[in-house]
Amino acid sequence: MPVAFIIDSSYFIAAFLFIYGLKQMSSPRSARAGIVLAGVGMVIAVLASFLYSLDVRPEARPMLQTNMLLALVALSLGLGWAWWSGKKVAMTAMPQMVALYNGMGGGAAAAIAAIELSGYQTHGSISLLLAVLGGLIGAVSLSGSLIAWAKLDGRINKTLRMTGLQLINSSLLLVLGSLAIYIVWQGGQVPQWLFLAFFALALLYGVMMTMPIGGADMPVVISLYNAFTGLAVGFEGYVLNNPALMIAGMVVGSAGTMLTLLMAKAMNRSVRNVLFSNFGAASSDETQTISGSLKPIEASDAAINMRYAGKVIIAPGYGLAVAQAQHKLFEFVELLQDAGVEVKFAIHPVAGRMPGHMNVLLAEAGVPYDLIFDMEEINSEFKEADVAIVIGANDTVNPSARSNKSSPIYGMPVLNVDQARQVYVIKRGQGKGYSGVENELFFADNCQLIYGDAQKVLAAMLQAVKNLESN
Amino acid sequence: MDYQIFDYQTMVLTGFVALYIFMLAAFAGFEIIGRVPAILHTPLMSGSNFIHGIVVVGALWALLNASNLTQQIIGFIGVLLGAGNAAGGYVVTERMLEMFKPSTNTKSKE
Repeated sequence: MPVAFIIDSSYFIAAFLFIYGLKQMSSPRSARAGIVLAGVGMVIAVLASFLYSLDVRPEARPMLQTNMLLALVALSLGLGWAWWSGKKVAMTAMPQMVALYNGMGGGAAAAIAAIELSGYQTHGSISLLLAVLGGLIGAVSLSGSLIAWAKLDGRINKTLRMTGLQLINSSLLLVLGSLAIYIVWQGGQVPQWLFLAFFALALLYGVMMTMPIGGADMPVVISLYNAFTGLAVGFEGYVLNNPALMIAGMVVGSAGTMLTLLMAKAMNRSVRNVLFSNFGAASSDETQTISGSLKPIEASDAAINMRYAGKVIIAPGYGLAVAQAQHKLFEFVELLQDAGVEVKFAIHPVAGRMPGHMNVLLAEAGVPYDLIFDMEEINSEFKEADVAIVIGANDTVNPSARSNKSSPIYGMPVLNVDQARQVYVIKRGQGKGYSGVENELFFADNCQLIYGDAQKVLAAMLQAVKNLESN
Repeated sequence: MDYQIFDYQTMVLTGFVALYIFMLAAFAGFEIIGRVPAILHTPLMSGSNFIHGIVVVGALWALLNASNLTQQIIGFIGVLLGAGNAAGGYVVTERMLEMFKPSTNTKSKE
């Protein structure tokens, strides 16, 4: 049987397993089986590609042994490091880790493009064009993801904002575009230093594009770079005449694009707006007139009210995870459930640092997924809730997004916590949310504030209910 | 290898055939994501991140066909990065999905 047949059929099986696995991931029940299937597909594809060694280009034949050795070393190093880092990363640090792995994929795609182009091995203008484009997108994804990783990981704190940056970026993109066209025009027969300049500029562009973007916008950015890497992989797949890369890359490219749009919509912003404007810098100069006052309440009193409530809805934000209070929260929820209170979690689409991040953090604390509801599912239920409790969230529960047209966050979908009979907000201090907008929810008649660190407040709540039960 | 059970020709994916593949794959991606509940968006993102780790296969091919030092170096980096992408994406996705559990009392009701 020809070797090519074995390789091609392995890729076919891999492509099938990828798509089927992704589909399985659409339900929490079968999701784990889905990723395992996709993993099997990956192993099959990688093993099969070693069969390439039986049929390499004539000029590469003398170096085959070295190349095999290099391949094995690179594979085991990459695999070993990623396995180790993936096992030990904390769930709160997941977004930056995903960004990092994603950047690596972009880098690999760019590397393929670099080899193909510098070896003048690409023929045909479509092939050449896709090699150049894939290399460009892959390189941008690599450096951009690295910046995103550094920002999310707290290694870069400052957000670069200077006048004319947009102009610099646009001209950079223009130069890159012209270079790409020139390379394709010349049929790839250009001096080596031009390729080098091309990739260096692409990497620089990724850095320049990501530096001005604020930390809270990173979910959209990571998702976008995920789509970028997918596209780059798909394009390089065409260049290498490899259907597995083409299919997997394109599926991820479109899926990532869709996820990016969903995320941006949930934040009430266009992707363009995220990438090219300085949100948060200019807002909040509006003088807002908010009537009402801030009414503090003791944690224990709030806890006892919840103990005797019929239905409690919890709206957690990233602040909960920062305070590492998920486990305490779930302990408290179980206590309420034992007392016959109906408890549900309401998750805003952008709670956390990447889409769905909050769900992962709650799952880590042991919260079963059938208690967790998306915003659209639960927003109509707040009216019937006796208590809504907000922990570490702010902008995502601000009712002025619905009513106040002058608010910078007007139009952003929010959790309707203000419609519950009683609202409790656990807050560290009197600060504003990321958008810099004052939250009129806190001043509402049915809202009371519990000041303090979420972990300590929840511990006090636990204690209060426990004392009640033991008496 | 001279012995062939049946005639087999490696397919060449160019022009419209490639375009069809791209188009259908893109629709498949849209369809798959459209059905995933928001609760699974993070694992899904890292799951799709894992899937483009297939790029390691392309990098392997490029490295095995490298014919000079530059190509060997770039190929080595490519395989290293691609393997990191695939393995890392897999590990974190699997770790996250393992944590999603239904509540025990609702399970018994079903």
